[in-house]
Amino acid sequence: MSSKPRTLYEKIWNAHVVERRDDGTYLVYIDRHLVHEVTSAQAFEALRLAGRKLRRPDLTLAVPDHNLPTTARLDAEGRRIPIADAESATQLAALERNAPEFGVRYIDAVAPEQGIVHVVGPEQGFSLPGTTIVCGDSHTSAHGGLGALAFGIGTSEIEHVMATQTLLLAQSKSMEVRVEGVLGRDVTPKDVVLHITGVIGAAGGTGYVIEYTGNVFREMSIEGRITVCNMAIEHGARAGLVAPDDKTFAYIGGRPMAPKGADWDKALAWWRVLKTDPDAQYDRSVVIDAADIAPCLTWGTSPEDVVPITGVVPDPASFADPSKQVAARKSLDYMGLTPGTLMQDVPVEHVFIGSCTNSRIEDLRAAAAVVLGRHVASNIRQALVVPGSGLVKRQAEAEGLDRVFIEAGFQWREPGCSMCLAMNPDKVPAGERCASTSNRNFVGRQGPGSRTHLVSPAMAAAAAVTGRLADVRTLKPLGVEA
Amino acid sequence: MKQIHVVEGRAIPLGLKNVDTDVIIPAQYLKTITRNGLGKGAFETIRAQPGNVFDDPENAGANILIAGDNFGCGSSREHAAWALSDIGIDAVIAPSFSDIFSGNAFKNGILTVVLPQDVVDRLLEVARTDPISIDLQDQTVTTPFQDRFSFEIDPFRKHCLLNGLDEVGMTLTQHVAIAAFEAKMAGERPWL
Ligand code: SF4
Repeated sequence: MSSKPRTLYEKIWNAHVVERRDDGTYLVYIDRHLVHEVTSAQAFEALRLAGRKLRRPDLTLAVPDHNLPTTARLDAEGRRIPIADAESATQLAALERNAPEFGVRYIDAVAPEQGIVHVVGPEQGFSLPGTTIVCGDSHTSAHGGLGALAFGIGTSEIEHVMATQTLLLAQSKSMEVRVEGVLGRDVTPKDVVLHITGVIGAAGGTGYVIEYTGNVFREMSIEGRITVCNMAIEHGARAGLVAPDDKTFAYIGGRPMAPKGADWDKALAWWRVLKTDPDAQYDRSVVIDAADIAPCLTWGTSPEDVVPITGVVPDPASFADPSKQVAARKSLDYMGLTPGTLMQDVPVEHVFIGSCTNSRIEDLRAAAAVVLGRHVASNIRQALVVPGSGLVKRQAEAEGLDRVFIEAGFQWREPGCSMCLAMNPDKVPAGERCASTSNRNFVGRQGPGSRTHLVSPAMAAAAAVTGRLADVRTLKPLGVEA
Repeated sequence: MKQIHVVEGRAIPLGLKNVDTDVIIPAQYLKTITRNGLGKGAFETIRAQPGNVFDDPENAGANILIAGDNFGCGSSREHAAWALSDIGIDAVIAPSFSDIFSGNAFKNGILTVVLPQDVVDRLLEVARTDPISIDLQDQTVTTPFQDRFSFEIDPFRKHCLLNGLDEVGMTLTQHVAIAAFEAKMAGERPWL
């Protein structure tokens, strides 16, 4: 073993190289493969056509999420309610057929553990530190919050992993994003990652694996780290990583698929060395002062279009880059916003609390703390709370959070991707505006013509009760929460 | 997979930056279980605008697309590459591509050519009236006006595209190395 200091990324990478090829690419072993219904059908089909087997069904876990309606799934007699959209039903049925045919573990649509694939993986103890994790979904980077090298892949790569349990990859460069200092009041992990995206840009991390370092991430909860890494892809990074620590190990211990007994001890010994060596060099470093981060949100149609909630809609002419000026003009036109408008003066008609970015129990607690004792404003047409998994839902119900939301006028739904993307019945109608805890504000993302403002769960709750984009700090707490 | 040597023809001068995969193929078209027929949804929001570059008769039959920075960002959907294939695109030229998109494009035999912004600007200008030509073997883009620009490409990708190789089949021939790695892991990291 060489004694050259190495980054966390290099350590995980090196531990998974099967072969370095002459052309400089690597054959890399994949420890965990998550599968959902949208991107897998063509890969299963290709295996079938070529007469190939799925090499390691034991390392593969499938769960439906994107297409599932979030309304009740069983009728009064406990029978499955058929899915109205024929194409969604076909895609879901294909996964339900393919999983057993190829021997893949499958959490079905009505299982208590069902949920968004990136919520389910960590929750089940399937996602572990130091593993390579892939899924046919760009937000796979979320699992980096546990110290896993996790990234999204396309369907041909899914087929490659299914057949060989490996991928052919080029090594990425490494970037450190260090945030040090004290976060202000009501500044959440979502605000931290939106701020980072605003600073480095939507393509700022392209070609890099980013390690988030500094006391802010050390002090952050595991769920918060997952939120941050989830959006690593929104600043272009291949993957995001936070070094695993005692908090990570405590989070994983005892989960259904986590190692047990002697295996746990061995795993822990290896996980403890998973940190960047003191003298290791990153290819690029960005340092951010925690004090500069405010509760923030997006104004445009790229996740880099970030302003503090106290800010105004920017003037496109204020951008130095001429192509950004053009993009900003288009964005504002699409978003129906005028430069100079105070963000807090912008009314919304929809609020969505959910998605793999912000649908875990801490997110629901943060939103409920703002909602408690208040009511959804009269101009709000839809206010949805969609837990990330059945287990999150039950936990929230045990804590009485469902009552807080329902009594305030929110809808309390079944787990799934919901309004994060327009593939299931939950959509934002054209020309209407949504404060959303999801991760993408792209044109049409929440439905054709939909207008999205990305916010934290607390800010989404503030928007729901005020009927506009609102600064959560100006809402005095009414409830018992500190 | 089909082999690529030279891609020659009219190019669609899109030029936009940050074209995400939701723009290339909106989510409502992802509900398919096959790879074909996605062209009908390709660039739907852009094509809804009158006078857009895709429906310009000048560009009928174009097999090259020219775009701005960060083409293919956003969702990992390979449907974006399938949609481009379905509308007959064999190559995309841009100053930069998202990592996932360029991988997906490559696996579907679409050549992604990275060139600096000033070169892309020049090609956008040429594309309005004339065809351009991409030679993969020589790694050059040329125009009828004697422009000649070199580009870099990963040697492995070049090799696969020139020979039309199937990556899964190639990796399966390395099953001995993969099995050896798995055996080693069973000893070192038995919890996996
Ligand atoms: S919640 Fe949204 S971002 Fe997450 S997996 Fe589902 S569709 Fe993708």
